[in-house]
Amino acid sequence: MQLAVLGGFVVAGMAPLLHHWFGARTPLVMALLPASLAAWLLGHWPAVASGEVLLLEWAWVPGLDITLTFLIDGLAWLFAMLITVIGALVLVYSGEYLRGHRDLPRFLVVITAFMMSMLGLVLADNLVTLFVFWELTSITSYLLIGFNHTDLAARKAALQGLFVTVGGGLALLAGFAMLAVAGDSWSLAELTDRGELLREHALYTPLLVCVLLGAFTKSAQFPFHFWLPNAMAAPTPVSAYLHSATMVKAGVYLLARLHPALGGTDGWVVTLSLVGALTMATGAFLAIQHTNVKKLLAYSTVMALGALTMLLGIGTEGALVAFVAFLLAHSLYKGALFMVAGILDHETGTKDVTAMGGLRRVMPRTALVAGIAALSLAGLPPLLGFVGKELMFASVLEASAWRPLILLLAFTAAFLTLAVAAIVALRPFFGAPRETPRAPHEAPHGMLAGPALLALLSLTFGLAPGLLDPLVGATVAGIGTGAGAEVHLALWHGVNLPLLLSLASLALGLLAYRHWDLLRARLARLEPLMARGPEAGYEALMAGLVSVAEWQTRMLQNGQLRNYLVVTLLVLVGLVGHALFFRHTFTLDIALAVYFHEAVVAGLMIAGAVAACVMRSRLAAVAALGVMGFSIALTFVLFSAPDLAITQLLVETLTVILLVLVLFRLPRFATLSTPTERLRDLAVASLSGGLITLLMLAVLSGERLPRISDYMVANSQPLGHGHNIVNVILVDFRALDTLGEMFVLALAAIGVYAMLRFHAEAYDARRQAPPRERDDG
Amino acid sequence: MVRSGTLILNVAARLLLPLQLMFSLFLLLRGHDEPGGGFIAGLVAAGAFALYLFARGRRALSEMLKVSPRDLVGMGLLLGVAATLPAWWVGEPFFTAQWWTIPVIDFKASTPLIFDIGVYLVVVGSVLTAITALVKTDQEDDER
Repeated sequence: MQLAVLGGFVVAGMAPLLHHWFGARTPLVMALLPASLAAWLLGHWPAVASGEVLLLEWAWVPGLDITLTFLIDGLAWLFAMLITVIGALVLVYSGEYLRGHRDLPRFLVVITAFMMSMLGLVLADNLVTLFVFWELTSITSYLLIGFNHTDLAARKAALQGLFVTVGGGLALLAGFAMLAVAGDSWSLAELTDRGELLREHALYTPLLVCVLLGAFTKSAQFPFHFWLPNAMAAPTPVSAYLHSATMVKAGVYLLARLHPALGGTDGWVVTLSLVGALTMATGAFLAIQHTNVKKLLAYSTVMALGALTMLLGIGTEGALVAFVAFLLAHSLYKGALFMVAGILDHETGTKDVTAMGGLRRVMPRTALVAGIAALSLAGLPPLLGFVGKELMFASVLEASAWRPLILLLAFTAAFLTLAVAAIVALRPFFGAPRETPRAPHEAPHGMLAGPALLALLSLTFGLAPGLLDPLVGATVAGIGTGAGAEVHLALWHGVNLPLLLSLASLALGLLAYRHWDLLRARLARLEPLMARGPEAGYEALMAGLVSVAEWQTRMLQNGQLRNYLVVTLLVLVGLVGHALFFRHTFTLDIALAVYFHEAVVAGLMIAGAVAACVMRSRLAAVAALGVMGFSIALTFVLFSAPDLAITQLLVETLTVILLVLVLFRLPRFATLSTPTERLRDLAVASLSGGLITLLMLAVLSGERLPRISDYMVANSQPLGHGHNIVNVILVDFRALDTLGEMFVLALAAIGVYAMLRFHAEAYDARRQAPPRERDDG
Repeated sequence: MVRSGTLILNVAARLLLPLQLMFSLFLLLRGHDEPGGGFIAGLVAAGAFALYLFARGRRALSEMLKVSPRDLVGMGLLLGVAATLPAWWVGEPFFTAQWWTIPVIDFKASTPLIFDIGVYLVVVGSVLTAITALVKTDQEDDER
């Protein structure tokens, strides 16, 4: 499986090549990847259904306890199945939606990479691995949301989504680190068994806060919900995929996965159920203010995510069953509805539901699919959405904390969602036909197949919810603390309170739909209030960040080398000085046994340094520096370090070559600094030079620490197979450091090249620009 | 202000270049046991190319090199990263050194050697990138 996921990334990279071979049929070919993964998962269904937990071991970085082990239980299986099945359908759909699009190969690369990241996320057993895949989904979804990169709004939305989710990701990383410390393991399978230990640990509260921040930002919970509707700037297949079954569900998945480990405490229950309920109501409330069909659906997704979080917060056995049923129902109908929205957009050229009408005559099949999916969204029988909503109401009635408030919020969300469903399914298809920018036709089969299949599944599972019993049971076993709960889903539970709540929400919802135009006009008056919502906070934060960055750049990087040096040296003096004087005690025993030739070399060095400072000509200063450099090389020779000596000599030689090249380009020698500044520079220089000398003496005097060079000397030949210790250290013992330095060197070279190159180009451009004509007389 | 140099420099550069390059390869290969190694060898090679550049000009150098110095940097990085991978293949931690003996010529190949060659290329490429970029702008200035 790991090979399949990692290989999936390779397939993603090969998309342009495949496109070269298969042309417009490439998406169909690529859909074979998720389809075969789904088949593989299906083959493991019997084992998963019987409550077995598959652990596919794979060591990655054993030294750091990081594994690429995959864990497949009911929860992971359900998510992986949704990701692969809906992924395959979305690929087929996008083949039609983006037919002939110039950037189709790029789209396929990114969406396949996203799919694999998502799959890795839900299957990972190791916290670090999970985090890596988590961040990969953030980055790939950034590329997907900003797919229309020539559109400023799309770029802004993509960046916003990235900042919010990656900001949360940072918190999540801290949370994972604390989780691993508290639970003494990086493996989710082990952590979920150590719930008791974790919940009583001193780190529980901070780690919970961090993990929740990560999950809430990813799953667009209030007050981070604003990025999700903005992400609708993406092409519709992306929205259908990211916002039905995948990206935004990642946060919910994480909460479900950690439920046995962290759930059940007061903090967990109150935070999740309140934030979830608030998100539900906010999403539904904001949804009905929009006429753009994708925004309507996006806000109703926010509502659904809130509902899922709330159910995890309530956390009773019934709530967990409701969680799974609602999750499945939402993935099916929302995937279908987004694809229908894409069809409408594609066929009519507009996304505004108020600009469409009477489309059922020209696109009857689309209308049928939309109708079924919307019935499920509305939570009406006989669809799976109804089962989910009934269970949701029943769980809310079981809530232990803040029950009346949660019930009120959930009820509001339910009836507003019903209105949204009516708007999406009725408005475009019924009423008088309207002129649209494009003359609509029935959608091609490739576009209808996906939503039709999803709608059919919603209907089938709605009519026979018993089919889902084993799946829901296996999944709940993964979330709940007790394993193997007996689950029975049913369409009809008799006349009870949830049913009455459903009837009331139906009546209110239809009322809201009838007076939608009026309602929207009324709500538009709240605009000034909305403008001060969380999104304004985000904007202010970003603006503040930029101004702080500008300020510190002006302060620290003002383009004058002297300033850079002063800042760098003072930081060095501060840190080293603090460590030396306050953290350690040291004794100096200065044995003045210096040979005559050593003293001569040292004298040369000092003379060179002083001369370089006081010379009144650049060439003379360079020569003085050269004297110093060669004396240093001589020192290396005297203390038998031939490698260092050779390097020093070569560097000195190359310095001369570089100087030859730049010397005549430099401005005339001039004294730019005032005497005060020179005094300051003298002070900084003496301070840092003195401190480093002191540090060296202190290191040499104390023999407290075992010398690392002893290890190097002893092991260079047996372990590194080399007699030259310096080289063995560079390319073997400390090769990772060297690799880093290679990248630094490469970056420096590219920087030099770019600076000289663009400077020259700018110079040319200035010269070649025609002299400006005076037209002001 | 680099122009094709004097006759002596011109001839010397042409004769010295192969010698210097051979010396740099010698330093590179023996580096594991004697003073030398990728970094030093790279500096020697860069110095050799710089001499050639001074003597015969930028165009002659790039015609002789055939590849852009920036590509050398890229190849070096690629080799450096490639040296990290074989350890994975035998199931050891990332970057563990691997040693192979090539039977016929009894040559000891290893990932540290591959890595050292990467260092060599990055050093040569970086120095040459900087030097040729400087020369380039000089010559553009001359043409004005």
